[in-house]
Amino acid sequence: MSPLLEVRDLRVTFPDRATGGVHPVDGVSFELARGETLALVGESGCGKSLSALALLRLVPPPGRIASGSAVVLDGTDVLALDDKSLRKVRGRRIAMIFQDPMTSLNPVFTVGDQITEVVHAHFKVPKQEARDRALKLLNEVGIPDAASRLDAYPHQLSGGMRQRVMIAIALAGEPELLIADEPTTALDVTVQAQILELLDQLRATHGMSMLLITHDLGIVAGRADRVAVMYAGQIVEQASTAALFAKPSHPYTQGLFASVPRLTGPVGHLMPIPGTVPPPSAWPSGCRFRTRCPIVHARSAEMPPMLQVGPEHSMRCWLAEDQQ
Amino acid sequence: MARWLARRLLLAALTVAIAITLAFFLMRLAPGDPLSRLGDERPMPAAELAGLRARYGLDQPLLSQYATFVVAATGGDFGRSIHYGRPVREIILDRLPASVLLGGGALLLTMLGGALLGAMQALRRDSPLDRTAGVVSLAAYATPSFWLGLVLAWLVGIEWRLLPVGGFRDPLLAPDAPWMTQVVDLLRHLALPLLTLTVVSIGAVMRYQRTAMLEALAQPFVAAARARGLSERRIRWRHALRTSLFPIVTLLGLWLPVLAAGSVFVESVFAWPGLGSLAAEAVGTRDYPLLMGVTLLVAVLVVLGGLLADLAYAALDPRVRPA
Repeated sequence: MSPLLEVRDLRVTFPDRATGGVHPVDGVSFELARGETLALVGESGCGKSLSALALLRLVPPPGRIASGSAVVLDGTDVLALDDKSLRKVRGRRIAMIFQDPMTSLNPVFTVGDQITEVVHAHFKVPKQEARDRALKLLNEVGIPDAASRLDAYPHQLSGGMRQRVMIAIALAGEPELLIADEPTTALDVTVQAQILELLDQLRATHGMSMLLITHDLGIVAGRADRVAVMYAGQIVEQASTAALFAKPSHPYTQGLFASVPRLTGPVGHLMPIPGTVPPPSAWPSGCRFRTRCPIVHARSAEMPPMLQVGPEHSMRCWLAEDQQ
Repeated sequence: MARWLARRLLLAALTVAIAITLAFFLMRLAPGDPLSRLGDERPMPAAELAGLRARYGLDQPLLSQYATFVVAATGGDFGRSIHYGRPVREIILDRLPASVLLGGGALLLTMLGGALLGAMQALRRDSPLDRTAGVVSLAAYATPSFWLGLVLAWLVGIEWRLLPVGGFRDPLLAPDAPWMTQVVDLLRHLALPLLTLTVVSIGAVMRYQRTAMLEALAQPFVAAARARGLSERRIRWRHALRTSLFPIVTLLGLWLPVLAAGSVFVESVFAWPGLGSLAAEAVGTRDYPLLMGVTLLVAVLVVLGGLLADLAYAALDPRVRPA
C-alpha cells in the first residue's frame, strides 16, 4: 500500500546576506503510512518544527520551500496546489497542534466559535449542527462540563484544557494526518502524560496518522511506531522505535540517549552532548555533527548519505559502512 | 459590573469637578476681565463700570464667586453670557448641533477610514502603496489644521469657486426651501471643514492601525488559523483586525471631545457656528460664564471618552471584562 504521506528532499531556504541563502531544513525525506505514528526528534534549532510547517506550506516569510522538494499526500503534491486546494488540505486532511495553546488560540473568540469556524470552513453544515459537533469534540477530548465551556474564552481555561481545545479544533476537520508540534512542552509535567495519552487514543479511534515532533526521547517510546532523529536540518537516523531504542547507532542519537536520565539500570552520570546546534550559516561542510562528535570518522569531511544499519534502520554516518 | 461602573462614574465626577475648578481660577488669573475692554471704544465713567462689576458679581471675592458658580451650576444654571446677554445653556445648545455634525463626521471618517487604510497598509507591507501611504499620512499628520483650512478655502472656495468657504448655510437660501436643497446646501458647507479636520487627524490613526495590524498578523494564532484552512479573508478581517483595534479605541476615547469643541482652529477658519469658534470668541471677550459652560462640556466629554473607551475594550477583549 502506498504511504499516506511521502516527503522527498524537503528543503527550506532563508535568504542570508553572507552566504546567499541558508537551508535550516536541508533535504529531509520520510514516509508515513496510514495509522502510523512517526516521531521527529531533535534539539531546538534542528529544523523539526520548520519541516512540519513546510508540510502545510506555512514557512514564515522570507523563508520558502526550495524547488525540488516534494510533499506528496495520498498521490497529490501539496507543494503544487493552488491556494483554494491548499485550504482543503490544511485542517481538513492535515491538522496541526502547536506548542503553546495560549498563543495559538485567538483570545477574543470563544472556544465554541473557534471550533465551529473550522467545521464551517470544511463542511457545509447548518449552525446548530456545527455547534453540536463542537460539543461532541469537547466531550471527546475530555473537557468536563463541555456544554458550558463552549462559551468560555481561552483565558478562562487551564493550560491543559487549552491544549485539549486545540486538539478538538484539529479534529474538527476530521484529518487523516495529525501533526503535533511539541504538544506538551508548554504544559505541567502531570498534564503532559494525559495529553499524550489522549492523542494516542484519538489517533487510534479516528484512524489517523500522526507526526509527533518532540525534543524528548522519553515520550517517544511506546507511542511512536518509528523515529526519525534530526540534526542540523537533516535526518541523521531513522528506524523503528524498537530498533532505535535497542541499538541507537548515530553518535548524535547515542548522545541524546546518554543525556536522558533513566529510572532503571545502574546509576550513572548524565552525559550531555558538548556544545549546541550551530546556526544554519555555521554548519560545517561534510558531516554536520563532526564539530560535536566524540568519534569523528576519517571521512567526516565528506557528507555521508543515509546508510543501512539494519532492516528498516538507517543513519547518516560513515560508521555504518565500517560495520558492514 | 455595577460596582465597577459606580466607581468609574464617581471618579469621572471627581475629574470634572477638579477640571472646572482649575478652569475657574486659571481664567481669573489671566489679565483682564469681561468688562476691561468696555472702555476701549468710548471712555466710561468709573462709577458706571463699578456698577456693572457689581451687577455681574465681579466685585465679590474670588472664593465667593466660585461658591456662587458651583451652587448655581449644580442646579443646572450656568448663568448668562456677559457678551451675548443670553443664558449660557441656551447659547451652547444653539451651537451644539453644528459642532456634533462636524466633530462627529470627522471622528467617524477618521476612525473608520484610518483603521481601514492602516490595515490595508499592513496587509501590503513594504509595497509601493504602503510606502506612499506612509509618507502621505506623515505629511497629513504634520500639517497644521488652520493652514490646511486656509489653503483649501482659498483653492477650492475662491480660486475654483466649487464650494462655499464659510458658514453653515447659504444666507440667500429660503428658509422654506425643499429639504433636499437644504441638505445639499448643508453638505456643501460641511465639506471643507470636514475634509480639513479629517485629513489632519487621519494620519495618526493610520500609523497606529498599521503597527497594530502588523503585530496582530504576526501572532501565533494567525498562523494557527492558516493551518486550519480558514480563508485568508477571514483570517485578516476577523482574527487579525479584531485584535488590532485597541489603539484606535484609545484614540477614539481621547478624541471624543472634538465632538463639542470641534476644532477651534477649523471652526474659526471656516466660520463654522460650532462650540469651538464660540469658545475662541469667549476667550477673546473674557466671557467667564460662557467659557465655564464650554469648559464643563468639554470636561464631561473627556471623561466620557475614557469611560466609553474602557467599555469598548471590554467589548473587544474578553480578558479585560470586569467580572
